[in-house]
Amino acid sequence: MLQVVCVKQVPDSDTRVKVAADGRTLDPNGVTLVLNPYDEFAVEQSLRVKEALAAGEVVAVSLGNAGVQTTLRNVLALGADRAIHLKSDTPAPDALAVAKALAEAIKGLDAGLVWLGKSAIDDDGAQVGPMLATLLGRPCVTNVCKFELAGNVAKVEREIEGGREQLEVPLPAVFTTDKGLNEPRFASLKGIMAAKKKSIEERPVDLGAPNVERLALELPPPRAAGRIVGEGAGAVAELVRALREEAKVL
Amino acid sequence: MSILVYAELRDGAVRPVTREALGEAKRLAATLGGPVTVVACAAADASFAALGEAGADKVLFAQHAAFARYDSAGHAAAVAAAAKAVGAKAVLIPASAAGKDLAPRVAALLGVGMAGDCTALDASGGKLVATRPVMAGKAYEKLAFPLSPAVVTLRPKNFAAAAPEAGKAAAVEAFAFTWDAAAPRAVVTGVSGESGGKVDLTEAEIIVSGGRGLKAPEHFALIENLAAALGATVGASRAVVDAGWRPHGEQVGQTGKTVSPKLYVAVGISGAIQHLAGMSSSRCIVAINKDPEAPIFKVADYGVVGDLFEVVPALTDAIQKLH
Ligand SMILES: Cc1cc2nc3c(=O)[nH]c(=O)nc-3n(C[C@H](O)[C@H](O)[C@H](O)COP(=O)(O)OP(=O)(O)OC[C@H]3O[C@@H](n4cnc5c(N)ncnc54)[C@H](O)[C@@H]3O)c2cc1C
Repeated sequence: MLQVVCVKQVPDSDTRVKVAADGRTLDPNGVTLVLNPYDEFAVEQSLRVKEALAAGEVVAVSLGNAGVQTTLRNVLALGADRAIHLKSDTPAPDALAVAKALAEAIKGLDAGLVWLGKSAIDDDGAQVGPMLATLLGRPCVTNVCKFELAGNVAKVEREIEGGREQLEVPLPAVFTTDKGLNEPRFASLKGIMAAKKKSIEERPVDLGAPNVERLALELPPPRAAGRIVGEGAGAVAELVRALREEAKVL
Repeated sequence: MSILVYAELRDGAVRPVTREALGEAKRLAATLGGPVTVVACAAADASFAALGEAGADKVLFAQHAAFARYDSAGHAAAVAAAAKAVGAKAVLIPASAAGKDLAPRVAALLGVGMAGDCTALDASGGKLVATRPVMAGKAYEKLAFPLSPAVVTLRPKNFAAAAPEAGKAAAVEAFAFTWDAAAPRAVVTGVSGESGGKVDLTEAEIIVSGGRGLKAPEHFALIENLAAALGATVGASRAVVDAGWRPHGEQVGQTGKTVSPKLYVAVGISGAIQHLAGMSSSRCIVAINKDPEAPIFKVADYGVVGDLFEVVPALTDAIQKLH
């Protein structure tokens, strides 16, 4: 079975946000770009399925400028077989534009499973997976935290408020992955060496007109300075008083 | 023209997030033009006329046997059809587990973009502008919608439900929509409550979170007791989730849940940037930590420097005495 894993390159979670001079984008200076943490679970699960079936191919797909090839190379080092780089020098305007480009690339691949992270930690969108599934006309489960393949049906779980949903999904299907699904592996030295020889196919894409327009990117208002109410258990009385009388939250 | 609201139901009952979405729809209708139409996907009538009290003018009842539980594909088909039928300018969906799954599908069916997890909507200029956090709240973006309708999900606890209009009933209409239920799709086969019906972190009024300072999983009893006294939901730092002390669903932060309760109590948590991202928009933050230099104190409204093993039991005691 051929599986596709869609990955995104994002600023790492240590990033301190500075807004660029245009007032609309993140200042890229000093920002380290990494594989989106939720995509690690997607990559890992595709590799586990391939290992369990002892057959098939994992194709990594990423959209972005030339820089995303570093991330694709990482995914190849983890064990993906080949990669497709959907090349666009302009940043993707919105999730629908990305989903359309991915759908176009995946349509011709006969993929039994398509994997994505549940959201990217830069825009926190959580949209590309379900949009892609809808455009492909395939079943989709978001935020998968448990996955089991039984022939041509996947049995999965996702977290909902106060509990979990169990679902059954016929393949081919699209899944977005949540923390808890698996423990992602690290790339081995052998994997890193092998990745150098694997193919990254470049395909230029045109993302079209924006479907959503960003007017501004702003920092949250700074929090008013707080205070230390005291030390040790002796501070509890004053804390409770402040919470009731000043903050009025008790 | 209309504002369309997706009614999120659980076991036939309307969830509070639906009332918040209705409250916001009513405010938007004042500038964008009404009426406020609700689309309710259900297997059986659950007296939807009562949604009138929460702000609905009309309810489109999309009935299907498969809708006894959330059905991603079916609900998306019904909501997209309803948006077209009423000529919706905006489609408001709660940013719950179901709503976050549903909205992108609705947007894709309608061929429009969307804004998820919005914390504010503004229509004062005659056009909708959505404000939403990015990078778990390290920054906020403002988005406009070149296409219609604007599809948005509303973060729980950020929008006020309308004051109930006692006795106002909404007109309920059966809504016919086309959807091929025989096409392959994901089907919910069961629901299990792992946290015993407790309020979810994203909807909690009060959260007590514990970190590595607790030193061992069994010491989380201290956190649970304080949470019980406060009527709070338990959260955790990534360090203790990764150590296997707490379930993944409890992680607060950039790769966990983003929360904004009225009171957040951080116990034995240092305040790493990824944790702060997820909770800095809480209304009131309390930090209990033995290290006066811990970064958590930079965002805390009230800090107690001290050993949590002494402070937390004393605090729990004091809260219990309030009742
Ligand atoms: C990609 C990535 C994503 C991440 N995402 C998240 C995320 O979503 N959420 C998250 O929380 N973290 C996240 N992290 C991890 C984050 O960087 C920190 O490692 C983590 O938050 C630390 O958890 P902690 O505060 O519990 O532990 P520590 O940093 O070890 O802090 C423990 C604190 O307890 C205090 N303490 C110890 N003993 C006592 C005592 N007896 N009484 C009182 N205080 C005491 C100490 O002074 C210290 O401040 C992420 C990291 C990465 C790399």
